[in-house]
Order: sequence, then structure tokens, then C-alpha cells
Amino acid sequence: MDEVITLETDVLVAGGGAAGMFAAIAAARGGAKVIVLDKNVVGRGGASIMAQMTCAAALGEAEPDDPQLHLADTLAAGRGLCNENLSALLCEGSPKRIRELESWKVNWARQEDGRINQVKAPGHSRKRCVYVDFLSTGAAICAALRNKVSRSPDIRRLSNVSLTDVVTRDGEVIGAVGFDVATAQPVAIKAPAVVLCLGGMTKMFRRTTSPNNLAGEGLGIALRAGARLIDIEFLQFYPNGHLAPRMVGLDPTTWEPTRVKLGGRLLNGRGEEFLHNYGEAEREDYSTARDTLTYAIYKEVELGRGSPHGGVYLSFQHLDERALRAALGPAMDIFRRNNIDLTRQPVEVFPIAHYQMGGIEVNANMESCVAGLYAAGELVGGANGANRLSGNALPEAVVFGERAGESAARFARGKARPAWDDAAAAVPLELVREARARNADKGASPARLMGELKDLMWRNVGPFRSDGALSEALGRIRTMRERELPQASVSAERIHNGSLVEWFELRSGLYAAEALAMAALNRRESRGAHQRDDFPEMRSEYEMNQRIWLSDGKLVSSFEGFAA
Amino acid sequence: VSADSTMPLKSARLKVWRGTSKEHGHYDEFDVEFEDGDSVLDGLVRIRVTKDPDLAIRFSCFNANVCKECLMLIDGKVEYACIAKLHTGLIQLDPLPDRLILRDLVTDTLARKERF
Repeated sequence: MDEVITLETDVLVAGGGAAGMFAAIAAARGGAKVIVLDKNVVGRGGASIMAQMTCAAALGEAEPDDPQLHLADTLAAGRGLCNENLSALLCEGSPKRIRELESWKVNWARQEDGRINQVKAPGHSRKRCVYVDFLSTGAAICAALRNKVSRSPDIRRLSNVSLTDVVTRDGEVIGAVGFDVATAQPVAIKAPAVVLCLGGMTKMFRRTTSPNNLAGEGLGIALRAGARLIDIEFLQFYPNGHLAPRMVGLDPTTWEPTRVKLGGRLLNGRGEEFLHNYGEAEREDYSTARDTLTYAIYKEVELGRGSPHGGVYLSFQHLDERALRAALGPAMDIFRRNNIDLTRQPVEVFPIAHYQMGGIEVNANMESCVAGLYAAGELVGGANGANRLSGNALPEAVVFGERAGESAARFARGKARPAWDDAAAAVPLELVREARARNADKGASPARLMGELKDLMWRNVGPFRSDGALSEALGRIRTMRERELPQASVSAERIHNGSLVEWFELRSGLYAAEALAMAALNRRESRGAHQRDDFPEMRSEYEMNQRIWLSDGKLVSSFEGFAA
Repeated sequence: VSADSTMPLKSARLKVWRGTSKEHGHYDEFDVEFEDGDSVLDGLVRIRVTKDPDLAIRFSCFNANVCKECLMLIDGKVEYACIAKLHTGLIQLDPLPDRLILRDLVTDTLARKERF
């Protein structure tokens, strides 16, 4: 039963979201045999499918635009920390990928004259963001990519497979190890190139827009393989995450585009508009960058002017049913199903963990410092610096995914396949065998540990940080990683053993959480999405990137500028 | 676990099918607290954290109804657990009919080509 399932391929892609699927398509196009796997379902797991609306591309269809203008906006939002090579790749590559997706039947919304419609999202200087519809742009992209992937004879999809370790020999990738979620059988995949597209670590926060499968595993896996993380302290908190009443069937980020589109009013618990107190004009034109908005809402609650559930109100009560229906269409039915009547009541919103700007450090070929190890999508750091513009996540997925797949295929083709090393794979394979049923029936479950971590991260490593809270979190996370996870109780079940999945999520995710707390503690300033109560100003001496890597089992950090 | 921090006010009783084959199953009953609007999936996630981490369920997106993984029989009707609401009283949960049961509420819903 514990026999190892062994496979072999040229390029292994881990993660079946938009970045992973695009990487698989590009690698196959480059002549490689590809396996793309996902812990959940290829094409349905991950965050891409949840993206509701905007995707930035300087197509110039709605008004004159240029990728260089998109780049200037991206760099401005990044507050001096962007890796300009990666930002330029994102902005210059996006139009091409958007056109390519169109040729794969993604129906971008159009104006009456037939040109692709583009809207102006916060922080952008032009009408630049394309969309399919108000609710399901990510889903439409994923459907097209899923279709494309399933038709390629060179791509093998594996759903319900969790990757646990990249295997290296003499510092070079020789493949990866994981397990089959459906049977708990160990899996070894021999491959000279591995592309990690496992998304961010936002699941580690109590309030999150993340799907359940984004536990920061890609960061932990990359660290253990010898790669470096960059700017991991920058994690975006979406200002208007849905808080109450409970709403299911719509992503919690649904309100920001709605607010932009319909002029929704943000009100504190007393029913007063408050953004003007934070340097924004009343009736602002929605150019408020996301971190400013987060700050304003957080502070309003802190000052005792919050709504009943501890957020602020977002009101559309100035609109009637007909106007709402005309603008929101099918979303109105979903609100109704959730007993939410926007003409009569405001909803409550509060910041929510949304996107990880930092990630694995890669060059413009998406190659990490480990030969054969690539990354793409949210898992990559550098393109967005200290804050990400609305609409830059989907381009990051498709542009970087394409580049990573192409690079990995070229790399795999250009070298003799390295010899597989049973000894190198033995340790991670043994861990997969040994983790199931460990401490069965005694100790806390990984699900409980995960719950504790989510509360800790939300409380201590959230939108507003300080030395004391971060130091406490760092100590606590280390204890969880070194002492409590090894003592956690994993079910003996073989079939769809959720506690085994969660144990491995924590094994890697605790490295990610620790890296984030450590990096946030080290950055003694406020910049972009990283806000310190004890260092409220941006400080020029910190206009540097912070890298984190593993050295003798311990995370270490260093600040330095980018070499040109 | 619900995203907001207010205390759940009501209690639902979930009667959950357990087992690995149609012939050898049984039901376990769990009381779960909820506030109005919470989903059946919220309840199942809460059971895994607080009562029985062995319970097999599957889902990815949790809130958005896009991953389509949490389909099951809820009081005899095929529904998404993320959309169905909890209510006071008994709610019976079974695996999808006409699908191979893997374990508990998880059935074999993947395309053959996506598996080994």
C-alpha cells in the first residue's frame, strides 16, 4: 500500500491555477513532456479562479496607453522596491497574453464599437483593466486554460496530489516528492525542471480571501530546496473584505469593484463618511490606493467608531432596486439568497488578507538560484514591490506562467537528464510514509494548530504591526514549527486524510509564516502594505529588498539593493 | 470556521454518513453552533476543527462557489455544501449517489485522466 508511485517527465508544474496551467502549456509548446499537479483539482484549485474582475493590460483599446505607462504606475505602487525587470516583463507581456487568451475563447467584455472594454482601476493612470464580466473573469480564464491543457497530448494532469519536497542533488533539481491525497501513497516524480506555482500564504490569516489550498507551501518547499525569498513582509490586505451578514456564493472581495462602479459610500458605525479624515477628498474618485483605504478603515474601528461586527459600513442605499439590478445583474440574486437587500441595508466590511507581494526570488526567466527550480504567479516576489496594483495579479499569473514554462522547457531540453538519486529522495519519501498515523489519537490535530496559527497571524502580523506583536508571533511560530507540529496527531486514515494534508501544509507553511513575521520585524519602517505602528514613516535607508533563506535549518535575513 | 468573530447563536444537528463503501456505512451526528447565514460547509469545517478531524470532506474555494468540489446530498437533494444554509434542527448529509464512494462525503468525481 505504501509502494511509491514513480513517474518521470521533462517539466513538473506544481499548482493548477492560471500560472501553473500557462506554464504547462508553454512548456509543452517548448517541446517538453509535462506533468501538472494540484492538491485539489487542476484548473479549479488556487486563487485564479476566484478573481472576479480586473486584469491589467496596456492594450490601448479604451484610450491611448503604453506598457511603459503601466510600468510607471506599477513602480509607483511598489514604493521603490520593485524588481524593474520583472515589473517590465509583467507590463510588456500582458497585452500579448490577453490577446492569446482571446484566441483561446476568453470573451473579453467589449464596447459597442467592438473594441475590448477597459476600465480604470485604482492606482492606474489609464483605462487599462479588461474583464470578462463583473464576477467571473478568473473563472473564464481558468476554463480556457483548462480546456487548452486537457487537449495537449504532452500534458498530463494529476489532481489530488500534494507536493511536499523538491528533490535536489548537488544543488540541482532532480525531481519532487509528494503524496496522493486519495490514497496517501507516496509519489516520486523524476524531472530536471520543476515550476512551483502554488500561490501565496494568505490562508494563514483568520480573515482571508484565499481558497483553502493556499497555505504557503511553495515558500517552504522552495526554502528547503535552497531558494531565497524576497520582500515576504509585504502582504496585501484588501480593504473592503466582506464581514457581515454572512454571505456565501460570492468572493469576499466582491465589494471593491461594486463600490467603484456604483459609488458605494463607506460609513463608520455612526453613519458618517470618514475617508476625508485620512487625507482623501470626500466623495473621492476611487483612486484611493488599497493600503490607504485599509489604514482608514482599521483606524476608524480602533477609535471605537466601528460597525456591530467590528468593521465599517458600505452603503448602496442611495440607489434603487432597478439601478442596482442594471449594474449588478446576477449578483443581485446571490445577495437575495443571502437575505441581503442593498436598498435597505448597508453591509459591513473590514480588511482581509488578499495577496502576497513577496515570494520566491527569481530572474527574468523565472529561475530561482537553484538550477532547475522555477516559480510563477503569486508565489514569485519582486514584480509588485511593496504593494500591488489592482489588476496586476492575473497578468502576473499568465505572463510569468508562460515565461516559466518556456524557460523550464528550454532548460530541460538543453541538458542531459540528471540521474535520479534514491538516497536524496529517501528522506522526504520516508516522511510521507511516516507522517500518516503519527501520534494518532494523542495531541492536537493539524486543523486545530492551523486555526491557532490563523488567529495569531491575524492578530500579530496583520495590517498594522509593531515590534512587540511581531516578536511574540515569531517566537510562537517557531515553537509551533519545532515542537508542536512534530507532536500533532495525524489520522491513520488512508483515503482523503485531511489531517495528513494539513500536517504537510503546516510543515511548509510554518516556514512561510515565520519568514513573514521575521521580515516584518526586521523592516523598521512603514512602506506600502507593510505598516508599523512603531515606525509610521517610510525611511530612505530601507529602500532595499530583504531576502530570506534557510541556513542550517534556521531562517536568516539580509537587506540589500538589487544588482542591476 | 466563519470569517467573522461574533459568537454563533444557534445550533444545528448534522447527521453525516461515514464509511468507505455503500454497504458498510453508518451515520454520526454532530451538533454545530452557527449564526444565520452560515453554510453547511461552515458546519463541516467546524466539526473537523473542534470534534472530528478524521471526517473526510473536500473543498477548495470555501466562499465563492467556483471550485465545485463540495457537492453532496443534503437532505436528499444534490447541493453544494457552501451554498446550503445551516438551520436549527436535523440536516442529513450523504455522499453523492451514482458515484463511487471514497470515504465519508467524498466521492470519485475526477476525470479518469486526472488520476494515476
